[in-house]
Amino acid sequence: MQEPDLLAIRAIITRHKRWDLFFGVLGICCLMVGVLTLVALFVDMWSSGAERLSLDFLSSFPSRRAGQAGILAAWVGSVLVMLVTASFAIPLGVAAGVYLEEYAPKNWLTDIIEINVSNLAGVPSIVYGLLGLGMFVYTFGLGRSILTAGLTLALLILPVVIVVTREAIRAIPQMIREASYACGATTWQTVRDHIVPYSSAGILTGVIIGMARAIGETAPLIVVGAVTFIAYLPPVPFTGEPAAGLFDWAREAFTVLPIQMFNWTARPDAAFHANAAAGLVLVAMTVGMNALAIWLRYRLRKNIKW
Amino acid sequence: MIFPRMAFLLCVCAMGLASAGVRAQSVVRVDGSSTVFPISEAAAEDFQIARREKRLRVTVGMSGTGGGFKKFCMADASLRVDVTGASRPISTGEMAACRAAGIRFIELPIAFDAVTIVVSKRNPLESISIEDLKKIWEPAAQAKIFNWRQVNPAFPDRALKLYGPGTDSGTFEYFTEAAVGRVKASRGDYTASEDDNVVVQGVSRDNSGLGYLGYAYYAENTDKLKALAISPAVGKPAVLPSEQSVMDGSYVPMSRPIFIYVNAEAAGKRPEVRDFVEFYLKHAGAFAREVKYVPLRDVDYAQVLENFGRLRTGTAFEGHSEIGVKVAELLKREVKE
Repeated sequence: MQEPDLLAIRAIITRHKRWDLFFGVLGICCLMVGVLTLVALFVDMWSSGAERLSLDFLSSFPSRRAGQAGILAAWVGSVLVMLVTASFAIPLGVAAGVYLEEYAPKNWLTDIIEINVSNLAGVPSIVYGLLGLGMFVYTFGLGRSILTAGLTLALLILPVVIVVTREAIRAIPQMIREASYACGATTWQTVRDHIVPYSSAGILTGVIIGMARAIGETAPLIVVGAVTFIAYLPPVPFTGEPAAGLFDWAREAFTVLPIQMFNWTARPDAAFHANAAAGLVLVAMTVGMNALAIWLRYRLRKNIKW
Repeated sequence: MIFPRMAFLLCVCAMGLASAGVRAQSVVRVDGSSTVFPISEAAAEDFQIARREKRLRVTVGMSGTGGGFKKFCMADASLRVDVTGASRPISTGEMAACRAAGIRFIELPIAFDAVTIVVSKRNPLESISIEDLKKIWEPAAQAKIFNWRQVNPAFPDRALKLYGPGTDSGTFEYFTEAAVGRVKASRGDYTASEDDNVVVQGVSRDNSGLGYLGYAYYAENTDKLKALAISPAVGKPAVLPSEQSVMDGSYVPMSRPIFIYVNAEAAGKRPEVRDFVEFYLKHAGAFAREVKYVPLRDVDYAQVLENFGRLRTGTAFEGHSEIGVKVAELLKREVKE
């Protein structure tokens, strides 16, 4: 009586384990689609562009002669635009997220705002470009400048930053807040000393996701008026004749890495296609940002004990 | 805590940025057609090297002919560009916009572009007539003409696959007008791309493919593509696109002049704009050759420079392109604004 039962159970177990294995393999296959695509792209970029990567490539301006063309103006432009984007998107996004989680009353108005913020995260980037053109260029008169580009991209990633900030804040146990209030802290004190520091690791992740999206954007920047050829850098503060102000660089014309790359790959002269090695620099910048985020997150987490 | 300090720093940064001022600039701003871009870029590059001690600066954008005119005719002077490249003459609508903004312009032809009909190296065909091109590309051919033999009994019996630029391109506009007879009238069932390299890739790998693109893309890929000679009418001799045939005007109707438009006020009042445009025109032939376009004749460049020197404002066209126009005659025409 017992023997056949055991056999049947064993058969069931084997069958289930087979499914387990099957699903594991399927999962790996799905993962590989993404990973292999990335690897293939990277290898392709590396094999066609690695020879162009040199200090000269990073430190010279674009040129019509493929061998002399460099990406100095483009990578400086990308870095400065990202700096402006971060300066606006992080304070605004985090403050908005904190408000929605800690201060906002739970009513229909808050609901509408929440739904809108989530929807904004899915709006195509070109729409933000048009918004930036209408608002920053035409209405506020900020010109076709680094500032305009940075602000436009800040708008673009703002919803992402807000949503991730809220997620991070929600992950903080309610008892932390209660303990803080029980000690007589105000909401602001609770936010400053507990909520923001504890959620900062999650917020940083969101900010980096947003920035990584922004750094690859081309369409909205073309709409707000990025140029394609530029062979000078924005002024360094307090240098030059007359001396440049601290933030004068923000009002200069600019180009960014993706625009420069697109321009080169669309050229008739195949020698320029190797210059898409600029893509490697772009990837390196993204990886660098991610690495910074992971390091910061690690440092911040170390200090949190609850 | 590191985070609040960082946030504070960013806030200060943001406030500072928002109050940044504009520096007095001596930047010459160029924009416009992607067809003209390589020549403008070459001019900007060499101009900045030649005037290094004066620190003169040039930026070149690439918004397309229409986008360029929009920035050229803008009422707000701080957003306006000084020079715009165009692969077709200014349209009546754009002229009206310029007039409304009080902008007078100088029209300067700088080189030729030749629309080149290409097939695969393995295709035995050597030439094609405009009539046959019309049969292939007219809107009525859509979903009907699928075989070379349907076009002309002398052609090989094989499938016909078409490649061409997207509908926003100046090359598309000119080709449809020159081949089909009406601007932007084309069949839609072809592989269209804003990037001419896609046409190069497609046709070079496809024995039965036919495509058209700007001359520079053919000239850079002569190892992969074969250009077809074009006969302007049945019975007329077919002419291959080449620097010679475009320059002497025998490659009709597929060659066209390309232009830069200069803001007359900027050219008159700002020495750096004038200096840049003169530099551009003096070297335009060499730049054009270098980026595989066809230069104008030297006498024509002399005339263009003279027209610019006199700040001769206005266009020689009627608000649309003309097929088979001669540059020498163009430069002497009455202009109007």
